[in-house]
Amino acid sequence: MTRDEITTGLAEILEEVAGVNPDDVAEGKSFTDDLDVDSLSMVEVVVAAEEKFGVKIPDNEVQNLKTVGDAVTYIAAQS
Amino acid sequence: MSRPDVVVTGLGATTPLGGDVASTWDAMLAGRSGVSALTQEWAAQLPVRIAAQLAVEPSEVLDRIRLRRLDRSEAIAIIAAQQAWADAGLADSGLDGERLAVSVGSGIGGATTLLAQDDILEASGPRRVSPHTIPMLMPNGPAAWVGLELGAKAGVHSVASACATGAEAIALGLDIIRAGRADVVVAGGTEAVIHALPIAGFSSMRAMSTRNDEPERASRPWDRGRDGFVLGEGAGIVVLERAEHAAARGARVYARLAGAGITSDAYDIVQPHAEGEGAIRAIARAIADADVAKRDIVHVNAHATSTPVGDMLEIGALHKALGNHPVLAATKSMTGHLLGAAGALESIATILAIRDGVVPPTINLDDPDDGLTLEVAAHKARHMEIPAALNNAFGFGGHNVALVFTRA
Repeated sequence: MTRDEITTGLAEILEEVAGVNPDDVAEGKSFTDDLDVDSLSMVEVVVAAEEKFGVKIPDNEVQNLKTVGDAVTYIAAQS
Repeated sequence: MSRPDVVVTGLGATTPLGGDVASTWDAMLAGRSGVSALTQEWAAQLPVRIAAQLAVEPSEVLDRIRLRRLDRSEAIAIIAAQQAWADAGLADSGLDGERLAVSVGSGIGGATTLLAQDDILEASGPRRVSPHTIPMLMPNGPAAWVGLELGAKAGVHSVASACATGAEAIALGLDIIRAGRADVVVAGGTEAVIHALPIAGFSSMRAMSTRNDEPERASRPWDRGRDGFVLGEGAGIVVLERAEHAAARGARVYARLAGAGITSDAYDIVQPHAEGEGAIRAIARAIADADVAKRDIVHVNAHATSTPVGDMLEIGALHKALGNHPVLAATKSMTGHLLGAAGALESIATILAIRDGVVPPTINLDDPDDGLTLEVAAHKARHMEIPAALNNAFGFGGHNVALVFTRA
């Protein structure tokens, strides 16, 4: 999967879970500060991403995923 | 210092009869039933396949993302509270949050969330259980969400007294204002448990009507053919306000909440006291607390759930505590039994009865029980002056609550 494809997949999850406009989702965006995803919704995003991309994202890794780009990098490395 | 007067300045509701107070009240006065057949697949195997379901789905009012993290009982509490808040003219009033409290309860709470998430747990494992599960099922959830929505900082309270919850939450609001802890209390009840398990549970108690072939005729308080209550869902919220506070801002006043009486039976976990002793004391206390003449209380919105025993016990209690002059209404004949929201919705009906000078009809009272020795506005609304009125609510656990409202 390319980084763009992963970003698009994350945008779909963010729209479904947190109502984030897909047009706002870009690698530089922070989940909490820019996209307004709170901690409980972030849990939902992680679980949905695991399912969608067939990866494991342990809880201690989630705190390092500040931006969409961080998540894309992590998922790209695992898949 | 004399005790402050408390008035009602806002109303909100979403019920089986309508998505707001106006449509619900219009339907009540017209004698419409909100009961219908349960056509969902899960209902097919149940002994009871009727219920009074919401007229307007929460999804028509709140957005999808909001609803993802709300139990249905929470969503409708928010919807009713938003209406009541706007109705009271408090939306842009600049009311200090530290003078605003919330008292909103539920009889059963987030049971449908619990059951849905348990299905996910069984099918897909613990990691798939929603992180919103706990705030969705916690019994204080509806009150907490309403408090968040309105910025209440003087305390958020969640009474739980089964089918007396809505009335007791309003009684608590009265106490809070009288004690000086808030100027405004958003109070009421919410319930949304139309689901196989709660229905099966109530059915196993033989508490529910099984008149599955005639949904609209199933809820028939005081009628000889009554065979149990009909489960309903909905939320009712009132805005209680210190009278001087309301006057100072020029608020429209619906009625005065003059007094409340709360007692417990200490008799049986589900059966009401055989002589209605706890109900009699609650009504007597409410009348004494309100300091109104019994003869002025000319209307009662009764608890009257359509059960064989409870309906008649209440008649006896009213005779003893109030007298033989009031004209009764059992609005559950139209709305079904909203459990924890019943006392709140019926308080709203009582308040509007006073305002409009009209006793709402009791439908399906075709063949009155011999024990019905008080007057009822059967089938048709009755127009009359109502200087004061009583609302009763009783709950499993031996809870008895009576509220007295008077003309503003």
